Amino acid sequence: MNETTNQPDEKKERIPAMQSLLDNPFLLLFIGVAMPTVFYLMWGIMEIVTIPVAP
Amino acid sequence: MTSFMPPADRIWWKVPVGRQEIIWIAIALVWCLILFFMMPYWHIYGKQNLSNEAYQTTPAKFGAKVQAMIDQYKVGEEAGIPIVKPPAGSDVYLLGRLWQWYPILDLEKDKTYRLHLSSMDWQHGFSLQPININIQVVPGYEMVITVTPDQAGEYGIVCNEYCGIGHHTMVGKLYVKE
Amino acid sequence: MAQFRTCPDTGLYFHKSAESLIKANAVVGAVFLLVAGILALLVTLTRWQAIHLLPADQFYMALTAHGIDALIFWIIFFEMAVLYVASSVLLRCRLATPYWGWVQFALMMVGSVMTNVAIFQGGSSVMMTSYVPMQAAPHFYLGLILFAVGALIGCFVFFGTLVVAKDEKTYEGSVPLVTFGAITAAIIAVFTIASGAIILVPTFLWSIGYISHIDAEMYRIIWWGLGHSSQQINVAAHVSIWYLIAGLVFGARPMSEKVSRAAFLLYIFFLQLASAHHILVDPGVSSEWKVFNTSYAMYLAVLASMIHGLTVPGSIEVAQRAKGLTNGMFEWLRKAPWDNPVFSGMFISLITFGFIGGITGVVMGTEQINLIIHNTIYVPAHFHATVVTGTTLAFMAITYFLIPVLFRRQMILPGLAKIQPYLFGGGMSILILFMLGAGTMGVSRRHWDMDFTGAALGFDYPGIAYTMMGIGAFGGVIGVLGGAAFLLVTVGSLLFGKKLEPSAGLLQSFGVPLAASCYSSTKPEILPMAPPLEHHDTTSFEAPGTFVLALLLLVSFVVYYFINWKYLASVWPLS
Ligand code: HEM
Ligand SMILES: [Cu+2]
Ligand SMILES: [Cu+2]
Repeated sequence: MNETTNQPDEKKERIPAMQSLLDNPFLLLFIGVAMPTVFYLMWGIMEIVTIPVAP
Repeated sequence: MTSFMPPADRIWWKVPVGRQEIIWIAIALVWCLILFFMMPYWHIYGKQNLSNEAYQTTPAKFGAKVQAMIDQYKVGEEAGIPIVKPPAGSDVYLLGRLWQWYPILDLEKDKTYRLHLSSMDWQHGFSLQPININIQVVPGYEMVITVTPDQAGEYGIVCNEYCGIGHHTMVGKLYVKE
Repeated sequence: MAQFRTCPDTGLYFHKSAESLIKANAVVGAVFLLVAGILALLVTLTRWQAIHLLPADQFYMALTAHGIDALIFWIIFFEMAVLYVASSVLLRCRLATPYWGWVQFALMMVGSVMTNVAIFQGGSSVMMTSYVPMQAAPHFYLGLILFAVGALIGCFVFFGTLVVAKDEKTYEGSVPLVTFGAITAAIIAVFTIASGAIILVPTFLWSIGYISHIDAEMYRIIWWGLGHSSQQINVAAHVSIWYLIAGLVFGARPMSEKVSRAAFLLYIFFLQLASAHHILVDPGVSSEWKVFNTSYAMYLAVLASMIHGLTVPGSIEVAQRAKGLTNGMFEWLRKAPWDNPVFSGMFISLITFGFIGGITGVVMGTEQINLIIHNTIYVPAHFHATVVTGTTLAFMAITYFLIPVLFRRQMILPGLAKIQPYLFGGGMSILILFMLGAGTMGVSRRHWDMDFTGAALGFDYPGIAYTMMGIGAFGGVIGVLGGAAFLLVTVGSLLFGKKLEPSAGLLQSFGVPLAASCYSSTKPEILPMAPPLEHHDTTSFEAPGTFVLALLLLVSFVVYYFINWKYLASVWPLS
């Protein structure tokens, strides 16, 4: 099946980086879990544990 | 047809986006930035911001502070709950417990107080009515809010965090006098 | 050897095991919707102060069960079905490890029943948030943990199926947009469930005495990583279903794959930060944390929702115009199939979610404005616009499509089905709008008695607040009727609908595949890429009507947002 010759540009052209990111569910999974873990959970818990003790 | 089929173009990322979408995205982005910057703006120019002053505490420790204030400034009693009139500008303490707000505070209009809130047991919700100011009250934490009551009147403090079967009876009172 | 069936009406392929799992999850979900609906009626009639149906203890028990059965069990069972559809069915792929699929189902069953038992035994009326130090029975938490583990397994069966589809090359190019939306939902689900595990496992240990103390504020922050993110699963899931229905009913194609997928990507990055909405008036957390998280890092997830708000109806408009409905701004919309519940349900879901759920959500999620809204009845009003008229109605709409396809039964009572989305959407909208109003007057949520009977000190709400709660509850009753109509039509169709397949008997309705002769072990043909579009002109306004609707949304949004700032400015100065 050598029909690739019919559509040379389409198949040869490299997939843009953003599209490969969007096509990679596991990379997205990693980012999607890391973001809220860092910004919401870890930062939030740090704030709580550094609250001073009442005088 | 195609929302549930693979995209028609193998390299769909490079398919040009219509003008309509671009304009809408631009408008929406501007609006989102306004939404965002309103919050810091209000911190600088607005008058209603929560301070983030808070301390770790214990029910015993906080209860002692409340009691000390009552001993010093008690002016009366209503339904068995002391009414306290602390001096303007001072630190005032209010505790939530199953199922009351304690004590009753008597404040002066247009004077500024440092209001300390904490819970003796479960979580409660400080809901000052009818002015409608709502703050979460969490055991183990003492939150300090600098407040300037600018309307005189008799206010109810409803508990608006579910705190068990007596939740609906947990109503306190706060006076603001000229 | 995996067995497949082709639906003669739609051409969709069903892998036998996936099909059974989809049916089983959807049916159990519907059972929980039934339970939740009955409880909703009791709760609503209690909050209608003139009726005040239940005593306090039963009210809190019913409210706890209503929240959990509706929000968690109904929605997540159905979402498992959605994940299997979006992977196995849409990619024409066998389900990875059907065995683990059944483990998902079994764990979720055991967990959901266990938690319900705990609630109805009476010692666990702690609301779905179960804020410590209020304590529920150990099996209340254990049930939720088992349920969550099941759901996590479901997510990994979904991801596994994506891998299988890629390996076995069941499709060409990238996954369909709907599947991408489902990936978004599944990713959010993983974080959601992880947060749940982090907090519920220690809480369970605390309830049986192994841990002596759980910090109440820590609990709140981590619990909301579960509680709010799970609403974001719903958003991603029902937006995917909007796209799916636009494709099914109109043959619509996304206006731009790039724009729609980038919008989902913004969800993946930022949507979950919004768990901070619940922590805005809590002690000890800095304003920097609050502002950054509550705004999804500069409202980038709101941007994404506004994009979907344009591209979903926009894709419908483009498809309709291509069919010749080009008169004026709105012929495409006027002549849409308003008596098809698949479409009307989806469109009401879109409108109520955007105009009511979305706008109120952003307003009350604003750091300072939350002060005048936190824990008032405004909050449940807002999320009934998102998870009830938004998610639940979208799920109902797709169910009308799935019944004949999946269960091979014809729908009964088509006349009732036709009006059901209006009944449900309309009734709930009344409930929502009037509870929003009552919340603005300060009426509290999760509250048995606006009269404060038995309180030492009293407070009187204005009469108008009572009126609003009454009208709202009346709308709630209509909403419950709409929900009942849905269950009547769907369950009735499973049991009594005309069989489209000779073998579609009673058991087939509950997760058993159709007769063996329907299936063959030949692999489905490879799923082709969508047919190319004759090149469209990117400079023209393809969907002007939608643009007008979008501007209307924006104007309502701006006006309502600043009204609330104005209202905030009238309360006591605080700092
Ligand atoms: C069928 C019509 C429904 C009606 C009339 C209804 C009505 C209500 C009412 C009146 C409340 C109580 C508000 C309060 O006192 O705090 C409530 C709470 C709630 N409802 Fe519904 N509801 C319905 C359906 C649903 C559905 C389908 C869902 C989820 C998908 C849902 C999720 C919730 C949740 C999570 C709560 C909060 C429970 C809590 O505060 O812990 N409801 N509902
Ligand atoms: Cu309370
Ligand atoms: Cu309470």
